[in-house]
Amino acid sequence: MNLLGKLSWSAIPVHQPIIMGTVACIGVIILAALAWVTAKGSWLYLWREWLTSVDHKRIGVMYLVLAMLMLVRGFADGIMMRTQQAVAAGGAQGYLPPEHFDQIFSAHGTIMIFFVAMPLVIGLMNFAVPMQLGVRDVAFPTMNSISLWLTASGVLLTNVSLAIGEFAKTGWVAYPPLSELQFSPGVGVDYYLWSLQIAGVGTLLSGVNFVTTILKLRAPGMGYMRMPVFCWTALATNLLIVAAFPVLTALFAMLLLDRYLGFHFFTVNAGGNAMMYVNLFWIWGHPEVYILALPAFGIFSEVSATFSGKPLFGYRSMVGATMAICVLSYTVWLHHFFTMGASASVNAFFGITSMLIAVPTGVKIFNWLFTMYGGRVRFTVPVLWTVGFMVTFVFGGLTGVLLALPAVDWQVHNSVFLVAHFHHVIIPSVLFGCMAGYNYWFPKAFGFKLDERWGAASFWCWFIGFHLAFMPLYVVGLMGMTRRLQHYDVLSWQPWLLAAEAGAVVILAGIVCQIVQLVVSIRAREQLRDTTGDPWNGRTLEWSTSSPPPAWNFAMLPHVGEIDAFWAKKQRVHARQERSVQRREYEPIEVPKNSPTGFVTAFFAVLTGFALIWHIWWMAGVGLLGAAVTLLCFMFRVEDEVEIPAEQVALFDQSHPVEISL
Amino acid sequence: MNIAVGVDDVHEGELVNTSEAGPAPKRIVVSYGFWIFLLSDIVMFSALFAGYAALARATAGGPTGSQLFNQQTVAMETAFLLLSSYSCGLMSLAINSRGYFGTFLGAGVTFLLGAAFLSLELREFATMIAIGATPQRSAFLSAFFTLVGCHGLHVAVGLSWLVLMMIQLAMRGFSPVVERRLHCFSLFWHALDIIWVLIFTVVYLMGVVP
Amino acid sequence: MRYSSPVLLLVSAAALSGCSEGVLDPKGPVAAAERLILFDSLGIMLAIVIPTVLATLAVAYWFRASNRRAGYQPEFAYSGRLELLVWSIPLMTVLLVGSVAWIGAYDLDPPKPIPSSAKPVMVQVASLDWKWLFVYPEEGVASVNHLTIPVGTPVSFELTSSGVMNSFFVPQLAGQIYTMAGMVTHLNLQADHSGTYRGMSANFSGEGFADMHFNVDAVTPEAFAEWVASTRSSGPVLDAQAYAALVKPSKAVAPFTYRSIAPGLFAGILSAGLQPDDGLCVGYPKSMRAER
Repeated sequence: MNLLGKLSWSAIPVHQPIIMGTVACIGVIILAALAWVTAKGSWLYLWREWLTSVDHKRIGVMYLVLAMLMLVRGFADGIMMRTQQAVAAGGAQGYLPPEHFDQIFSAHGTIMIFFVAMPLVIGLMNFAVPMQLGVRDVAFPTMNSISLWLTASGVLLTNVSLAIGEFAKTGWVAYPPLSELQFSPGVGVDYYLWSLQIAGVGTLLSGVNFVTTILKLRAPGMGYMRMPVFCWTALATNLLIVAAFPVLTALFAMLLLDRYLGFHFFTVNAGGNAMMYVNLFWIWGHPEVYILALPAFGIFSEVSATFSGKPLFGYRSMVGATMAICVLSYTVWLHHFFTMGASASVNAFFGITSMLIAVPTGVKIFNWLFTMYGGRVRFTVPVLWTVGFMVTFVFGGLTGVLLALPAVDWQVHNSVFLVAHFHHVIIPSVLFGCMAGYNYWFPKAFGFKLDERWGAASFWCWFIGFHLAFMPLYVVGLMGMTRRLQHYDVLSWQPWLLAAEAGAVVILAGIVCQIVQLVVSIRAREQLRDTTGDPWNGRTLEWSTSSPPPAWNFAMLPHVGEIDAFWAKKQRVHARQERSVQRREYEPIEVPKNSPTGFVTAFFAVLTGFALIWHIWWMAGVGLLGAAVTLLCFMFRVEDEVEIPAEQVALFDQSHPVEISL
Repeated sequence: MNIAVGVDDVHEGELVNTSEAGPAPKRIVVSYGFWIFLLSDIVMFSALFAGYAALARATAGGPTGSQLFNQQTVAMETAFLLLSSYSCGLMSLAINSRGYFGTFLGAGVTFLLGAAFLSLELREFATMIAIGATPQRSAFLSAFFTLVGCHGLHVAVGLSWLVLMMIQLAMRGFSPVVERRLHCFSLFWHALDIIWVLIFTVVYLMGVVP
Repeated sequence: MRYSSPVLLLVSAAALSGCSEGVLDPKGPVAAAERLILFDSLGIMLAIVIPTVLATLAVAYWFRASNRRAGYQPEFAYSGRLELLVWSIPLMTVLLVGSVAWIGAYDLDPPKPIPSSAKPVMVQVASLDWKWLFVYPEEGVASVNHLTIPVGTPVSFELTSSGVMNSFFVPQLAGQIYTMAGMVTHLNLQADHSGTYRGMSANFSGEGFADMHFNVDAVTPEAFAEWVASTRSSGPVLDAQAYAALVKPSKAVAPFTYRSIAPGLFAGILSAGLQPDDGLCVGYPKSMRAER
């Protein structure tokens, strides 16, 4: 028995210069970061205040850091694909052999969905939801930390596949029989499966956490119909997570059993049924895209109301539309495989349901429009992203309705028309929404605003670049170009693909602008300082705290009497009907204790995952044992809370005065 | 989570909507959260059920359910598991009245019955494997072993959890944390019972219908 | 302006290079009907989307904070009439497009035979790694990576895969249909004009996927008969041995033909996906493609 399983020196792709160059760059960046932390003597601070933190605000920030880093990696994959397709026309083979190109498009999709979009929305929900609900933290803070670090484990494993071994070459959906051992004998699919299985557990736990928080932990007086719409969309999203992610867990378990123990769920032989994989995958997959989109819709609701100086139009309608989307997202999954030969009745049914889901989405667009109507719209960076979303997303939705027609789908399924469609909906909703949310809540998290000019520049680059990169794909998809082509023989496609390449470069400029925006803002943070805690004249409860808020969010939980209670209070204060700050008696506050459980569990998860990928059975055993011991330590811990003395609470309040508080 | 401090006092005599009463007590939050987790677990089992249903006839020329399933063994397994749910219920009653002896007794009986269930199931698997009805033989068998095996794995985890809880009870007594966790355990155990009833019906009873 | 760029590009696609190939240049009744549905639905949706986008830009611009002429209505947060409108516009649009979807799904259902006085040509298709095998059971010949069909005659396909999933797709003639091991899918199409049309696999299947394109020659019925006759006169025989050699992985295979086919070949390929496992797959995780 080989001590290191399948692992050997040949796992390092020394003959692939592009990969080795990338690995070297990543290595240098990591080493530089570690060196910088060491030089500043910040290890203890980092461990105490961030890595073991169970504070939802810190966890939210860490999710966003993870997501932004992976955005760069995922985008790099994307622009490499665009470049390959821009040059590999006629007889040219481009610079990426199929072996490498196939890993890139698989990694691009996997990373963007699971390690960029998911952490973005989960991070923003983590940061804002408890404060918007007027409470101190989520229902299960330590579990929240576990969720973050398990997601990070998935990220780590996927990136390790660059340096050691390979990634899946099956596309991000990994359909069998291609993903079975018979046709993918390498470790690539195993990296994919274990990364996502581990991260998936984290996401599921997040779902449980947030459903419980939103339904059982709200400030006194905050009935359901007084919650901010972002909390409603967070509720719908997390309900979807609870209802959809277990299907993916079961599905990947089945494929893993096929690959590791010779089971026959999806194999070509012995009765396996690959169609079942497709069905189960998309039963998860379609709710997943709504998991991504709904929080973004919630952000647009908050931003449009705040910066129009008006309440959101049609609150009840928005809540109804959100829950309708939540339910309907479960009824449409077959539209991902109209081309697999289901009967006409089945195809027609799913075509209709897929179109129906456009109705509540359309309602939301109109309601945002009417929110701005009669308002005084301040064109801050979040509003730019919001209006940009509104005028772009509807066209993406249009192509979605087209794809919902089976007769049309049969002609454009799996073509770059489809690729253009899903980027046309995901980028305006998820990416633009999270950029809006990032700019919107940044001052609350860090105490200073982000630079407006660089923010606007990044928006325009993204907006222009996105259109330039993806509109040509509609054309060339209709011309017959299918997706995932490493090279092609039809020269008339090339000009369009060159235009798409140019678009990708403009998006790159947008990403650079975002990095510059952050650097410039940190440098100028004193000028950009948020001294009031309410830089935008906001409506919801998080703006009633200081920026950044203390660990306990509120010295006293606010008592809520209506929707947008903070805004209502401000109006009453300005009308001299009420005092701005309540005199209060301070009492000690118990906050959950920081815990290394999350970080340590994740460490063992990575060890176990890596060991299973390479068939190092003893190491897998050690990893599982370590994780079990960690959970035992958590289970048997004595103290789970720390008491903040009343004097400390009072001191914080007095040294961080806010203008108006509940 | 400090929920008692800082909440404006509810005016005497005013009936407050649950949704407006402020953050719920920890006991309720933990139970609710665990329920949601259990629902997610049921979704996972549903996916395994769907897989089983799709592959139930895919025997690839190998043994079928009616050839393999021993209804007597299955009946005994069902009896053991259902009785263990009953003893778990008795244990819950003892916990409510803070009775140590009743709790340990109820837990012990639950453990023994659960272990009996598992040993019967393992024996069933071993017999099947010995005659060549391995999960590698056909898609039907893969689905069978996975669905039933996953339930068995949950039972095993439950039994380990029960032992740990008894240790914790002996160490810490009926503290609020211990009570909450015992409550979650019994929710888990009863849910496993419900899933077994579905497995019993869909796999074993329906599996022998030609 | 940027919001109209997708519209302009779609339109220009029809007007310019997109016109001579692909989905927008159908050469048969199925593809033509599918294109019509595409245009109709696009028109209906644009009628809603374009005004919405224009309204969004207009509202955002007019109600900008610096515009003091715009009326500030901070309490305008609900209107029953507007809600009714806002729900019913998308709903009615969806009902309209939905009925187009419904009818199209039935009318153009791939297994639905094309009504015609001409006798349909049967073709059995198997996707291999990484080429296409086309078997003409009634003519008794087969071809690899090239399809010849008579004009004005319905062609009825039965499709399967030797392994991984592929998707048989000739955009100018019909929609695509997946090929899956151990299963048969069906497709019907017809070419109304002579010409050469591009076909491909539309589902990623591995290393040689990009070269899985092939040409479809639609020729007059007389020319088709001639092609059949000349194919029968030369070339290898497609028996079990020849198939075993063919099924081995290969890329960018130049088209060639077989002059005769062993009986039950397609059924054999189909049922190869149903064989009980013989344990080889577990013990030898190398490619099993040759083992058929």
